[in-house]
Amino acid sequence: MKYLLALFSGLLIAATPMAQDASAPDVLIKTVTNEVLDIVRKDKDIQSGNTRKAIELVEAKVLPHFNFMRMTQLSLARDWRQASAAQQKVLADEFRHLLVRTYSKALTEYKNQTIAFKPFVLKAGETDVRVRTEIKQSGAGKNIELDYYLEKAGSGWKVYDIEVGGISLVTNYRESFAAEVRNGGIDGLIKSLQAKNKTGEATSVKK
Amino acid sequence: MNKTLPARLKSATLAMLAAGMLAGCASSGNPKDPVEGFNRAMFAFNEGLDSVIVKPVATGYEAVLPSPIRTGVTNFFGNIDDLFIGVNNLLQGKIPEAFGDLGRVVINTTIGLLGVLDIATDAGLEKHDEDFGQTFGRWGVGNGAYVVIPVFGPRTVRDTVGLVLDVQADPVANHRPKGDRDIALVLRLVNDRANLLAADKVVEEAALDKYSYVRDAYLQRRRNLIHDGNPPREPEASLDTDRSLSADAGSDELRAELPSTAGAVLAVRTESVDTK
Repeated sequence: MKYLLALFSGLLIAATPMAQDASAPDVLIKTVTNEVLDIVRKDKDIQSGNTRKAIELVEAKVLPHFNFMRMTQLSLARDWRQASAAQQKVLADEFRHLLVRTYSKALTEYKNQTIAFKPFVLKAGETDVRVRTEIKQSGAGKNIELDYYLEKAGSGWKVYDIEVGGISLVTNYRESFAAEVRNGGIDGLIKSLQAKNKTGEATSVKK
Repeated sequence: MNKTLPARLKSATLAMLAAGMLAGCASSGNPKDPVEGFNRAMFAFNEGLDSVIVKPVATGYEAVLPSPIRTGVTNFFGNIDDLFIGVNNLLQGKIPEAFGDLGRVVINTTIGLLGVLDIATDAGLEKHDEDFGQTFGRWGVGNGAYVVIPVFGPRTVRDTVGLVLDVQADPVANHRPKGDRDIALVLRLVNDRANLLAADKVVEEAALDKYSYVRDAYLQRRRNLIHDGNPPREPEASLDTDRSLSADAGSDELRAELPSTAGAVLAVRTESVDTK
């Protein structure tokens, strides 16, 4: 009996701050994930590969919670300083387009996976956190970890990296960005990103 | 022609490994990818092979067979893998995990109708992902250079050696009669490739340069797997701007770090396509 009581009060303590603080990073991830997946589950167009519609969804619901300047800066690593303020802005813009299209494409491939949210505790004073979730495949198979890295921004939180099965979105561009800058400078990288986005747009319109 | 399929693959792998090492003289600047020229050629070869044969077959397979049947095929081969995963967990000293794998095999082989149903996952026995390359990594063996092997795809030198053992120990490759074995090997390959089709589209969308995108994803993925999902965050990826901007120190550290390697959603599955 005593054990049960202790367990129960332990649960309460663990659950209360999460349930109440709507501005907590894990609550943010959970809310946005559920909201987006609810829409995708009901939207036959997105399920059948309408990338344009998926992009609209991502832009409206997901984008506001990301810090693209930060993501671009981390992807460029030391080359970031070489870029002028204007170049930085263009880079962040183009990178945002690329990531939004990629993410939207992934949404159109959504089947019946469910997302499990792992326990999360925000320690006092923390400003940089990792919220861990897991994609559970329908039918079985190995789950895929999907982790979000967030940093505090004012009263809320912004995502600055996503890791899928341990593959960081930001880190994965680092080598190819560095190679582009080595070959053609910052402008060369901008050109490559713009070209990539153009071909991407062309194919998504065709769809 | 009288050589068996696994034996042929094995000698091809070894020959390629040797070739990769010779080609190592031609360096391209990326410390993780010293034989980039050779690798890019192999990558292009694999992509060609995939687009002409493997992908069309997998696409047809996906279109023809309903998803529950494909899941059954995935589970059937996954069940066979679990035995081998258990052995690797044992070699890595992860005893509870090894028992979990054994429990999975027992449950899925019996109640799960020879592995077609994955009852064990629903019962709370998590599926793991292990192979000899990871075991070596766990033991402290470094990556060595990144190499793209014909047919098998992205590996590191360490994982290539692991792959040779994976193929040796693979129950499917060791199955007799050979006719049945070859059918099983092809079915597994096609099924695994079909599971990859969705991820493939996303990679096409994401990658500025597919070769380096797949390479870096493979290296990140392997590093994550060796640490069972909890690798130390790379110093380069640090939030701290100044530290992340002095990236030279970061990449040196990365090079010095022994068990650090490797694959993307793509490479992950490519891996399970070919590893075993």
